[in-house]
Amino acid sequence: MTGAVAIIDYGSGNLRSAAKAFERSVRALRAETEVAVTNDPDLVRRADRIVLPGVGAFEDCMNGLTAVKGMREALEERVIKGGVPFLGICVGMQLMATEGLEKGTWPGLGWISGAVVRLEPRGGLKVPHMGWNTLKFTQPHPLLANIPDGEAGLHAYFVHSYHLATTDERTLFATADYGQAVTACVGRDNMFGTQFHPEKSQTLGLSLIENFLEWTP
Amino acid sequence: MTLKTRIIPCLDVKDGRVVKGVQFVDLVDAGDPVEAALAYDAAGADELCFLDITASAENRDTIFDVVARTAEQCFMPVTVGGGIRTVEDIRKLLLSGADKVSINTAAVNDPDFVSRAADKFGDQCIVVSVDARRRQTRTLGGANASDWEIFTHGGRNPTGLDAIEFAVRSVERGAGELLVTSMDRDGTKKGFDLELTRAIADAVHVPVVASGGVGALDDLVAGVKEGHASAVLAASIFHFGTFTIAEAKAYMQDHGIPMRMD
Repeated sequence: MTGAVAIIDYGSGNLRSAAKAFERSVRALRAETEVAVTNDPDLVRRADRIVLPGVGAFEDCMNGLTAVKGMREALEERVIKGGVPFLGICVGMQLMATEGLEKGTWPGLGWISGAVVRLEPRGGLKVPHMGWNTLKFTQPHPLLANIPDGEAGLHAYFVHSYHLATTDERTLFATADYGQAVTACVGRDNMFGTQFHPEKSQTLGLSLIENFLEWTP
Repeated sequence: MTLKTRIIPCLDVKDGRVVKGVQFVDLVDAGDPVEAALAYDAAGADELCFLDITASAENRDTIFDVVARTAEQCFMPVTVGGGIRTVEDIRKLLLSGADKVSINTAAVNDPDFVSRAADKFGDQCIVVSVDARRRQTRTLGGANASDWEIFTHGGRNPTGLDAIEFAVRSVERGAGELLVTSMDRDGTKKGFDLELTRAIADAVHVPVVASGGVGALDDLVAGVKEGHASAVLAASIFHFGTFTIAEAKAYMQDHGIPMRMD
């Protein structure tokens, strides 16, 4: 496996951690893949894999993404038309939704049907959902291969107050239990998104990133 | 499946070096915060906290390098506190690799700073540090006051602010988590101020991290069961090898608290 991974820099979030996690996974796979943090749409066009990170509020992230001239067009061209493997992380995953309902109603990229809504856990649980939780896979996916789920499975690191409520269950791949079924992974075709942070999730996260680097949808 | 209680070791960093020495056998340089961070990462810590106590302005930037070097090797969440005054300070820490920042004095002096920071970076990365002491006499805070008052500068400077009210207001302004430290208990090994922890945890909808005074593993259990904390922070019991992270986790698990054991 060679090629290049483009991690999109649109002024949101902790890109160093994401880049370092990808570089470590590349080394673990003994691959030659180049990992580039970039705000250049032309570099994104040339990339073999695209990663969209994001922390903060939905609207701020969407505005940040659309403020990078040509980036949304490059993304749609490569991910929707070109079939390039795509991974959205945290708010980067939420942006795949039809719309976000955080501090108003804002249109998303519209790749996964559903809205990003506030968590409403039963039992007076704290929001944000912050910390380590296990996953429950609702259907198999290459990015989840060789990752143990369920009670005795590995943990993923979450930190969020909103989640993507999918309207098409075929796009839901994993949930976490937190006083409700919290959407943990979504996907379709060549795109996948995680609400948790793989780059902060130690063993589980690095496995998922390695799976993404080898994914041929 | 359930969210696990977090154990957070905290490292005091001054001029880029760990201050209260970390006594692990395997460390080549015990004063290097990155070495200590890596050891805690390997030991199964759920998050890591750096408290920057650098006093001189010219050495302030050392923390950015510490965080950056940590983020290159540690794939775990990192919170940084100490000396954060501006939105630009926060941005630089996040870009260095921090996931959350803990704000103390600036949240007291300028409550709107919490709002600006949360609007800019999201509630989830803004931790407000609630440093409180028990009042000597109840009347000092007025009839409706709680038993605790907010202090700054490591517990030296009283502010007159009621601790519970400060905590509630900070969450209203956008704090996504509160780090509640009893300045009476800090360094005493007598255990958390459980009443303080519980009073705040029950008053807010965000997670509370209990801090200050851990001397035994029972203190960690009590912080969760009696203090209603979502996470427990400790320094010396881990630094000096009194207990390992694994021992602490196993003990808490044995006492019915769900922990991450992988």
